Amino acid sequence: MSFTQAVFEALESLNGNKMRSGLTVLGIVIGVAAVIAMLAVGNGAQASITGSISSIGTNLLFVFSGPPPNGPPGPGDQRSGNNERPLTLADAAAIADPFAAPSVESAAPAIQGNGTITFAGENSTTTISGVTPAYSLVRNLELAEGEFINEEHMNGVMSVVVLGPETAEAIFGHADGVVGETIRIEGQPFRVIGVLVAKGGGAFGSEDNAAYIPFSTAQARLIKRASRDEIDVLFVQATSAESVPLAVDEISNILRQRHRTPIGVDDFTIFTQQDFLSTFATITGVLTIFLGGIAGISLLVGGIGIMNIMLVSVTERTREIGLRKALGARKRDILLQFLTESSLLSLIGGIIGIMFGWLIAFVVGQVAAATGNNFTPIVGTDAILLSTSFSAIIGLFFGIYPASRAANLEPVEALRYE
Amino acid sequence: MDWVIEARNITKTYRMGEFDVEALRNVSFTIERGEALSIMGPSGSGKSTMMNTLGCLDKPTSGEYILDGESVADMDDDQLASVRNRKVGFVFQSFNLLSRLTALGNVELPLRYSGLTDGRRERAQAALEAVGLKDRMTHRPYELSGGQQQRVAVARAIVNDPAMIMADEPTGNLDSKVGKEIVDLLLSLNKERGTTLIIVTHDPYIAEQTQRVIRLRDGEIDSSVEENKGRKK
Ligand SMILES: Nc1ncnc2c1ncn2[C@@H]1O[C@H](COP(=O)(O)OP(=O)(O)OP(=O)(O)O)[C@@H](O)[C@H]1O
Ligand SMILES: [Mg+2]
Repeated sequence: MSFTQAVFEALESLNGNKMRSGLTVLGIVIGVAAVIAMLAVGNGAQASITGSISSIGTNLLFVFSGPPPNGPPGPGDQRSGNNERPLTLADAAAIADPFAAPSVESAAPAIQGNGTITFAGENSTTTISGVTPAYSLVRNLELAEGEFINEEHMNGVMSVVVLGPETAEAIFGHADGVVGETIRIEGQPFRVIGVLVAKGGGAFGSEDNAAYIPFSTAQARLIKRASRDEIDVLFVQATSAESVPLAVDEISNILRQRHRTPIGVDDFTIFTQQDFLSTFATITGVLTIFLGGIAGISLLVGGIGIMNIMLVSVTERTREIGLRKALGARKRDILLQFLTESSLLSLIGGIIGIMFGWLIAFVVGQVAAATGNNFTPIVGTDAILLSTSFSAIIGLFFGIYPASRAANLEPVEALRYE
Repeated sequence: MDWVIEARNITKTYRMGEFDVEALRNVSFTIERGEALSIMGPSGSGKSTMMNTLGCLDKPTSGEYILDGESVADMDDDQLASVRNRKVGFVFQSFNLLSRLTALGNVELPLRYSGLTDGRRERAQAALEAVGLKDRMTHRPYELSGGQQQRVAVARAIVNDPAMIMADEPTGNLDSKVGKEIVDLLLSLNKERGTTLIIVTHDPYIAEQTQRVIRLRDGEIDSSVEENKGRKK
């Protein structure tokens, strides 16, 4: 028997029991759709995170206090021991020195804390950052109106604030024409001097939902740290994306000298965008595999459904198999017949499942867009290939046992079967 | 002599738990090409077993069997399938038509396994015409009477132009009038096409119409009675 003929005959026979074939196909449809949708969501999450990390700039570095999380442990179990020193404004100034660190374009220290902003009864909780004028340069901030924090505000320890557009929206109901208003942060009055341009979601919470005040003011009044010049994080801009590794070396050397730490026991951590990318890639990779694995299990269950139905079908059609053998069907003809049926079931299920999974991914994307999330599920060709081949293999694998059972029936016995 | 069947010392033993059931014991006979022959005998005497063995559905436990010049005893399953396909046309008591398929589809079935790609439809149509079902080709089995269904089965048996037709109680599920029509059809095909015909039957009237009767008793040929010998119809 030729292949097309086998396919045609299998379709004929599947068509003869529509309800049963349909339900069996449904099992595969659900499995494949789940795999496609889950992988799409996982890939979408990965792309959205990668995108937002990339959007912060390829030549940006972050310096934190404290030893690297996976660096070599310090003496005893205290990692860097008692010598650990926080980052300070002086560290920031040293790193910003173009002679000490030629690969560093500029450095912006910051301290951060959460605070409640109120205006005329409306209030909103957001991240309050104490920053220096360099911050807007390093982070590429653009102002929709007004100005950013300058040296004068710093020196005067002035109570001025630059708002993210979302924060402005939250307390004023609109983001324009608010410069000059006075709001209260943690009860203290601050004058709004600028509003930022909306940037969309970022990797570390939305930059649109934030409030920036002069570093000196934050240190003095809002976000108290142990010493006057202690900072939480230092944003560093390298001269170019290529000079990022050089900048890392230069910053490390400067800080090791200044903090007098022994070799290999750093009390600071430098993150580059590449570090973030690979960290998040690992996380989302695990997430994707996990989601895909769960979906794969449902595909497996669908495959067992195929096997079940094929076994029932072989038993029901024992006489038919006997007859076909009497008429001259060889083992491989019968094998081919039943394998074609099971493969067709899973193939049809696979095709419908791909479309269905695509639809789910699309709907998820629409919902995400409607709720303002910058997230698009991505149906990759790899996911399609993976689930098609997986479902085809499942159809074959779970079809082989019933089919070989059919093929090995003795014609006389089969013909006598009631 | 031109033998279609040469069976020598055929024995078929079924193992039933502790016991061996000898369904055929040392049976030897020959059948001439173009002959019409009936096999009779009480229930359980081994008629169906003999048919299955002669039709290559089952292999004898021992003995030698030559069908249309081919020695069957050493063949493997696939070779047997091929012999059944080319040389044997079966007609069963219970018709054994596939209800999914039309009359035409059922008749085409053996051709599907012949590796034949062209002209299947035409041959199936010709076979259905030969059994008088020209205007029932696209009917499905449940749209046909019992007699018509058995005619479709006969058409299926002759579609591949076999050396012989084997009919195991072909009238068992039909009333006597329709049964007679089927037997007449089989006999006329035997006469017109020269296809060897072997009918298993309990009906002496049917047996009377064939040239020879083989009587089985307890798996052996009862040689004391050989009816119709020499009667050429
Ligand atoms: N598959 C089998 N396993 C065990 N014994 C069997 C099997 N098939 C047939 N037999 C035995 O072989 C003997 C012959 O059976 P067979 O079916 O050939 O009889 P029969 O002449 O066709 O009877 P009937 O007229 O009732 O159809 C019986 O005793 C039967 O029990
Ligand atoms: Mg019988």
